[in-house]
Amino acid sequence: MRIALFITCVNDLMYPDTGRAVVSILERLGHTVDFPEAQTCCGQMHANSGYRAEAMPMVRGFVGTFRRYDAVVAPSGSCVAMVRDSYPRLALGDPDLERGVAEVAPRTYELAELLVDVLGVTDLGAVFPHTVTYHPTCHGLRMLRLGDKPLALLRAVRGLQLRELAGAAECCGFGGTFAVKNAGVSAAMLADKCGAVDDTGAEYVVAADNSCLTHIGGGLSRRATSTARPIHYAEILASTGSAS
Amino acid sequence: MNGTGNIVALKPFPDAARLELDDAQLRANLRRATHTIRDKRLRVVGEVDDWEALRRAGAAIKDDVLARLPELLEQFEASVTRAGAVVHWARDADEACEIVTRLVQETAAREVVKVKSMATQEIGLNEALEAVGIEATETDLAELIVQLADDTPSHILVPAIHYNRSQIRDIFRSRMPGAAADLTDDPPALAEAARKHLRAKFLSATVGVSGANFAIADTGTLVVVESEGNGRMCLTLPQTLISVVGIEKILPTFAELEVFLQLLPRSSTGERMNPYTSMWTGVTPGDGPQATHVVLIDNGRTATLGDEVGRQALRCIRCSACLNVCPVYERVGGHAYGSVYPGPIGAILSPQMTGEGANKTLPYASSLCGACFDACPVRIDIPQVLVHLRQKGPKPPAERAAFRSLAWIMRDRRRYAAALRAARRGSAPLRGFGRLRRLPWPASAWTDSRDVPLPPKQTFREWWAKR
Ligand code: SF4
Repeated sequence: MRIALFITCVNDLMYPDTGRAVVSILERLGHTVDFPEAQTCCGQMHANSGYRAEAMPMVRGFVGTFRRYDAVVAPSGSCVAMVRDSYPRLALGDPDLERGVAEVAPRTYELAELLVDVLGVTDLGAVFPHTVTYHPTCHGLRMLRLGDKPLALLRAVRGLQLRELAGAAECCGFGGTFAVKNAGVSAAMLADKCGAVDDTGAEYVVAADNSCLTHIGGGLSRRATSTARPIHYAEILASTGSAS
Repeated sequence: MNGTGNIVALKPFPDAARLELDDAQLRANLRRATHTIRDKRLRVVGEVDDWEALRRAGAAIKDDVLARLPELLEQFEASVTRAGAVVHWARDADEACEIVTRLVQETAAREVVKVKSMATQEIGLNEALEAVGIEATETDLAELIVQLADDTPSHILVPAIHYNRSQIRDIFRSRMPGAAADLTDDPPALAEAARKHLRAKFLSATVGVSGANFAIADTGTLVVVESEGNGRMCLTLPQTLISVVGIEKILPTFAELEVFLQLLPRSSTGERMNPYTSMWTGVTPGDGPQATHVVLIDNGRTATLGDEVGRQALRCIRCSACLNVCPVYERVGGHAYGSVYPGPIGAILSPQMTGEGANKTLPYASSLCGACFDACPVRIDIPQVLVHLRQKGPKPPAERAAFRSLAWIMRDRRRYAAALRAARRGSAPLRGFGRLRRLPWPASAWTDSRDVPLPPKQTFREWWAKR
């Protein structure tokens, strides 16, 4: 299968390790991963902040770049939701783009979807002897309906102890520009999320999206009582024992 | 024509929210109340096997109604007129208030009893009546509390959700004529005090004012659903009944009502069936009000209907499920939205009803978490409409410039790769600090409450190129 990797803008600059983890997981499973270097950003931040016209070249760029692959994988529930949920709407009225989106959107997967649904694996032979708590991000939860898939993958990790997160399904308050435009409300939501993470006593807070993890991690590191560290679940799945 | 009335926020949402966020008591009250209703709703919705099919049916019926609204409204007008009611049309809040005020004055009544209604709040009817010396008494318990407190409602269904028991007791003690000085905050005691107060009003008032949850086109029937039975008193005891109804409340026939009488109670109060459902059709000689009026209001609805994406907001049946699951509403309450329609539905309905410009900060009052869409019994894709309104609405020039230049970089692979490299290099001298604690404005909005991580030594594409 020709699997293309889409590395979101946040991952590319801030979290290259997450991308490397995805590559190592897929290669360990015997697949060839392609990273089309023409890719840039999916355009979500622009579209969701109200800049549709500005987002459109990015939408076109994504479709053009990834159109010819059997599968596209991204370690971000939010960006995958953008492609699958919003692209079809954004493309309306441009028949050529509509066709391109119809080809690429259904084949664009969040990592857990690719592993569990498409490749049919849950046990990746990973080892991670730590306590973790899982925060299901909003777009993964409600737009992609990821459900238990990331958890199923985590449960198969040797040595990993999962701690339940109270109010797990509640938004951490990031929401892209929401965190800045409505900073006060966002901070109030974040405080509750961080409190819930603290209550688990876990060493790591895990999610399928580095943007949400940046928000939660940024909040945790501000609190004297917090010790949990944010980590993308791809990095846990890629680790084979010598985890830090 | 755009709507007027209590749907125009006077303050930008972030400013209004800031005031509410400082109120710890408010947040605790809201959290407790919304989570209680939320859990109850989840339980009873879970009991229905075909809930998804019901939601789709509800959405489809409403869409059909919206698609042929003029025809159905004419049919409704003809049916309800035949049944003995008088129909009035109002383009906006002022017109609607004028009509109702005149109708009350024609009866020479000095007081009216009111069934809880969003439409009359939307048009500011109580204030309009008061201005001509007519006293309007809210008979819904929560609405009465808010009225006595001289406050405005903060929730569609539970207008007094922002108060707890002891606050309500204090309001009754100081504001309700005849309330005992030693009244306790025991809910039955509070309810009893309200009952005594209201009974006198029910028996003396000659005019009742209501809204309607549904209006059946082919029979001319109006439907009100409520939990306390107080509304029913207002609908049956007075001689004159005036109902203020939004034009989107139409259903073609009784058959469609069946779907909504399943969707509404489970979504709003977490009840399987609605305790009191009242229906009346015009006038029945010798039974109930002998003069009935229906005031059909537009007030921005036609304008909303004109927007292909946004018109789905008119499917709303005011169940308030979206408020109860909204993390933003939970933190700031209803007043921050500056409109009688708070929460997620308010964030899309109010700006559409008032037109571009007014309420322009409301579409940003959401993290787009999507909880509202999941809860909505008529599948209004609130996040989609929020984004749509952001795309249509005005933008701050500085922000627009920033997003434009970012887009210019991001649409080209070379510029993009170079920018990533530059950002990584630029932050290299700071890497020793680990995380950044304070950034200058406007990034300070972020660093006021969270740290910023720094980019590592290599971007992903740099790593890939070398591998
Ligand atoms: S938008 Fe949907 S959930 Fe919200 S009040 Fe209206 S019908 Fe209920």
